[in-house]
Amino acid sequence: MRTLTYAQAIREAHAQLLAEDPRVFLIGQGVRNPWYAGTSLQDLDKEFGRERIIDSPVSENATTGAAIGAAITGMRPIVFHPRMDFMLLAADPIINQAANWSYLFAGQVSVPVVIRAVINRGGEQGAQHSQAMHALFAHVPGLKVVMPSTPHDAKGLLIAAVRDGNPVLYIDDRWLYELDGEVPDMLYEVPIGAGVLRRTGKDVTVVATSYMADEATKAVETLTERGIDVELIDLRSVKPWDRNLVYSSVGKTGRLVIADAAWMSGGIAAEIAASVVGEIFHALKAPIARVCLPDAPAPTAAVLERAYYVGAEDIVASVEKVLA
Amino acid sequence: MTVQKNRVVSLPNEQMLSFFRGMQRIRRAEERIGELVQSREVRTPCHLSIGQEAIPVGICAALKSTDTVWGGHRSHGHYLAKGGDLNAMMAEVFGKATGCARGRGGSMHLVAPAQGVFGTVPLVAATIPLAVGAGLSAKLQGTGQVAVAFFGDGATDEGHFHESLNLAALYRLPVLFVCENNLYSTHLTLKERRVKDNIGDSATLHGMAGVVLNGNDVTAVYLAAHQAAHRAGTGEGPTLLECRTYRWRGHVGPAADLEVGVDRQCELHEWQRCDPIELCRDLLSAGGVSAARLAEVSAEVSEEIEAAVRFARQSPCPDESELLHHVYASRRGV
Ligand SMILES: Cc1ncc(C[n+]2csc(CCOP(=O)(O)OP(=O)(O)O)c2C)c(N)n1
Ligand SMILES: [Mg+2]
Repeated sequence: MRTLTYAQAIREAHAQLLAEDPRVFLIGQGVRNPWYAGTSLQDLDKEFGRERIIDSPVSENATTGAAIGAAITGMRPIVFHPRMDFMLLAADPIINQAANWSYLFAGQVSVPVVIRAVINRGGEQGAQHSQAMHALFAHVPGLKVVMPSTPHDAKGLLIAAVRDGNPVLYIDDRWLYELDGEVPDMLYEVPIGAGVLRRTGKDVTVVATSYMADEATKAVETLTERGIDVELIDLRSVKPWDRNLVYSSVGKTGRLVIADAAWMSGGIAAEIAASVVGEIFHALKAPIARVCLPDAPAPTAAVLERAYYVGAEDIVASVEKVLA
Repeated sequence: MTVQKNRVVSLPNEQMLSFFRGMQRIRRAEERIGELVQSREVRTPCHLSIGQEAIPVGICAALKSTDTVWGGHRSHGHYLAKGGDLNAMMAEVFGKATGCARGRGGSMHLVAPAQGVFGTVPLVAATIPLAVGAGLSAKLQGTGQVAVAFFGDGATDEGHFHESLNLAALYRLPVLFVCENNLYSTHLTLKERRVKDNIGDSATLHGMAGVVLNGNDVTAVYLAAHQAAHRAGTGEGPTLLECRTYRWRGHVGPAADLEVGVDRQCELHEWQRCDPIELCRDLLSAGGVSAARLAEVSAEVSEEIEAAVRFARQSPCPDESELLHHVYASRRGV
């Protein structure tokens, strides 16, 4: 099959959705920006015109609110935030409005909007240009949150998000943009809420989100060489998340390591750990381990960044710990 | 709102010479940072203000040392003009422990509390309301301090700008809103972001004083800031200063953005003919200051910058053990 990079897969999903459905449009600060979107939105304006590909003023609150209003009245907007940090200026339309309207008005009004936020970290960018705040949004009833880690899922989840009929936060990570993978050329959906088993194994379950799923794949290689048989789950959706898949895997292995490159306190990993303990406590043979970021803002200096971010090595160490 | 034309007002040579030096320091420091980024010795994302130096220098010359300034992603000039230590800035850019933020911030997060620079941060418009808060604090405490919000034309796209102007006007706060209108927000021109080129009109709208001025004329900037600071300090409330200028380099990094397809070659050449430093040099020459004296100043500045680079290079990196320090303040407020 044909391969695309993660960024190209996102672009293809946009292009096909725009071609398929005249209600789809794209709005946000930096849509045509040469730095922010990589190739993930490249030349969409040339293909679909600037009426539908709207590179906006620096007005996150108004553009997101406007997209929500357009969604309520029949469109299928995708809002682009080149960094999740900037999206916080749109907290009101996302959390107070989009998330609530279906419930608030007893299902008579819905908000079929996709809000795309890029996690773009490292490179000495620091505290306000690197935050991974998916847990904050996953906390909110009424929002769905997806985090693809492969080109295949990047495309399929965007399509599913646009067609979902609910406000969906689509979170992609710049660290994955150059990753290659097989991508079907037709329009297809990856179901929201479904995780995927990347590898079956019997010793320990590793559940990973976003780029940590890619790091986990590398960790598995090392661990396999050391004779450890890992079962690897790529969560893909963090709200709702695939409880059945995680429970059945941990039910089998009895050990769980959760890798989520966001702050540890109050994060997705904590949610998964609490659910596993609450639902299948007796299956556990060892304490659950979390591989997350320390509870501190991101520093800039290279030395501090190295100490701050987590990757394959940290997963390896945690797996060995729960097996010790 | 008043629109200022270029006026011939002559300030004493000594004062003009200090403007000349101040602008040279910013330019030379930023040129050097650009080179260091290009050679990859330095990795910090840097936003250079080359071409805009008259604004921080003119504004800060009208301030007291206790006044505060607030900036954004493009704030080397604000930090330096307000008296921030050059060595500490250079070390910060290098990510060293001797940096003004001990290597936690890089170019986009500069700080010098003792000089009234409580922080520059790269979320567009974020510090405009903070400056309003500094004005409120000064008013409530009766300190006579003035707060300056430095921000770009792009920041006026955000609600922060409009809400902040209203608050400051409503409570007659001692705030200078300094919009460095360089006609771009990243790759987008002002025309692509608003119907009219009328940021300065926001002053009228909010019932506050406002001026639109040539931001490359350091004298004009200084005089306007002087008046605005006087008004602020005497309880007459805030002023919006729209300073028209142009950034010579690209949005981020040392290049000019021509390479990423921003079509601005002609414009750039035109603006380079209104170089704030050359304008100042002409006035100094006309005022009888010798070319030799000006060359001497430039040489002194270059040496100061090189010394700062040496300092930064020789400084130690922060220690990994510091990673979790200062997430919370270590002292209780008093
Ligand atoms: C809230 C927020 N939105 C978007 C950005 C991305 N961004 C960084 S600088 C910039 C342009 C700002 O333009 P302007 O305020 O005119 O300042 P200039 O770069 O021209 O100095 C943008 C959009 C950001 N940093 N913060
Ligand atoms: Mg600008």
